[in-house]
Amino acid sequence: MAETLQTPTRAEKRQARRLRRFDNPWLNPKLIWGVALLLGILLLGLIGRMLWNLDLVFTGSATLKLPPVGFENLRKQEGVWDFPLGTDGSGRDMLALIIIGAPNSLFVGLLASLIGMSTGIVLGFTAGFVGGRTDDVIRVLSDVMITIPPLLILVVFQASFGDVSLTMMALLIAGFVWQSPTRLIRAQVLSMKQSGYVQMARLSGASTGHIMFREMMPNLVPYLFGSFIANVTTSIVTAVGLEVLGLGPQRIPTLGRTIYEAINAGALIQNLWWWWGIPTLLLAVMFVGLLLINLGLDEVSNPRLRKLS
Amino acid sequence: MSRIPRDYLINRLVTLVLTVLIAATLIWIIPRLSPVDPAEIALGRMAAGAGAVENAGEILETLRAQMGIDQPLIVQYFKYIKGVLLFDFGLSTAAFPTPVSALIANALPWTLGLMLISLIITFIIGNLLGALMVWEKTPRLWKVAIPAAMVFTSIPPILSGLLLMWIFAATLGWFPLTGAYGLTVEPGWSWDFATSVLHHGFLPALSIVVVTFGFWALGMRGLMISVQGEDYTTLAKAKGLKPRYILYKYMIRNAILPQITAFALKIGLLIAGQVLVERIFAYNGMGKLLYDAILDQDFPVIQGVSYVIILMTALSVFIVDLIYPFIDPRVRHEVA
Repeated sequence: MAETLQTPTRAEKRQARRLRRFDNPWLNPKLIWGVALLLGILLLGLIGRMLWNLDLVFTGSATLKLPPVGFENLRKQEGVWDFPLGTDGSGRDMLALIIIGAPNSLFVGLLASLIGMSTGIVLGFTAGFVGGRTDDVIRVLSDVMITIPPLLILVVFQASFGDVSLTMMALLIAGFVWQSPTRLIRAQVLSMKQSGYVQMARLSGASTGHIMFREMMPNLVPYLFGSFIANVTTSIVTAVGLEVLGLGPQRIPTLGRTIYEAINAGALIQNLWWWWGIPTLLLAVMFVGLLLINLGLDEVSNPRLRKLS
Repeated sequence: MSRIPRDYLINRLVTLVLTVLIAATLIWIIPRLSPVDPAEIALGRMAAGAGAVENAGEILETLRAQMGIDQPLIVQYFKYIKGVLLFDFGLSTAAFPTPVSALIANALPWTLGLMLISLIITFIIGNLLGALMVWEKTPRLWKVAIPAAMVFTSIPPILSGLLLMWIFAATLGWFPLTGAYGLTVEPGWSWDFATSVLHHGFLPALSIVVVTFGFWALGMRGLMISVQGEDYTTLAKAKGLKPRYILYKYMIRNAILPQITAFALKIGLLIAGQVLVERIFAYNGMGKLLYDAILDQDFPVIQGVSYVIILMTALSVFIVDLIYPFIDPRVRHEVA
């Protein structure tokens, strides 16, 4: 008892603070910051839709190549508050463009990853539980598909079919992001099947469904989240890649397509930095947010990392 | 550990063959599901060039026969697979009558060169920085700076490429904006050409390096944390070895090996990212070839480029899987 009465060191204080928060690993700063950044982009889309005139995304709705407020373009035109982030080479308002475009990218990423994850959960559990021939087929198929870069197959697809909708693009990308969750869950299920608590549940007569979802699933949650976020990143990277190649949805403004148009119009040489820079910045914020979430989730699932920070 | 178990080798080979076969099949099926008729595209191109085409119906028939699309699908498929295995993708429709394989043979060395150089640089920088993140003797400043630099990890190289292009090529003019070598330089084994290639390749390589080193660094960090807790590290410290010696010969030596397998899983994304970097820098590689082909609706080239890149990816994964146990004797080839 005598030792605890001494003034606590800093490490002890920190530990005490942690205990007070029940040491909830889900409340680590990386995770919070990451979620905040993504929410920021989402809010930009939601609030922007209410406050800003979205008709300004149509071509020719403003003077061409106006700079953001406070800057001057090569023709000595100054930015005006009517178009606070400037306009692109065909007179579209950049603010309206990103209000519509930024949530679109996030939407494609989330939808593709969600479908991929659901497929992965079903296939992974099936492979792990059923075993035998079914397991072989699923395992080989996911091994094979994981080495094929989605971008290249999708380039062939979209070059042959022309215009696609956002949802269609998400569905196509989903066809390439189910492999890693499948492999992950299969491996975990195989190792968990041998563990004491699952054996115990089986002995006490629990149904397969109960074992899968009530006994195993809770242990998989941090891994699933991690894999989900990684897949959102892959999906957005693929979608942006397609858009920058001039594929992807042709009639809806997307961040990637804006960059594509900017490069083609020589925005770099003409020093129209806002045209390609604003979508680039937004995408960067999105990816940094996703990375932070992933690092935060790593700390949740791997306590060894937590001690370091 | 002197040789690879036969079952394992067969297993990996089957995966490799299946990967290539499935990819080739997908690339073949997808355009055939679309309503677009390649013969009509070719005819349209002729019409655009000549103003009008007489007896269009006959020409269409001839074109179809030439492209082989008048035959039953199953015959077409086997012909295609046979061609693909021999790297024969037919003739480019935009640069008619250049064979697609010739176009790819021109572009491939550029892509491979850029990839190899940026890969070696990132591997060294990334692993070193990752190790320094964990090492106790790292200066404080570095311990703050490295995780901050890690933010770039998540950004695809195309975005960093745009930024670098703007700063160093468009604004400062230190490096050329596009291309793989100067327009006035004759390609060949000359000093001028070599410096021009290096000068042009610097920015594309840098834009890949700044966003991919973090991937290695993060992996290395995780591995170093576990190596740090190992008994042999403690023993080395107890023996009073120099910290730097322990870092290189004990910690990094043991932690670096699993990093090589991480590479196998990442290579697909790396190549896809590089394709896009080549597109924005108009670098004479596969990315530019692919982009031009998309613009021209040149399907044989699109198919050929996609197939070759997928083949490259699958082969690298296969090779890494096979040689890994020779690099790291702790790992045995598992028979799955």
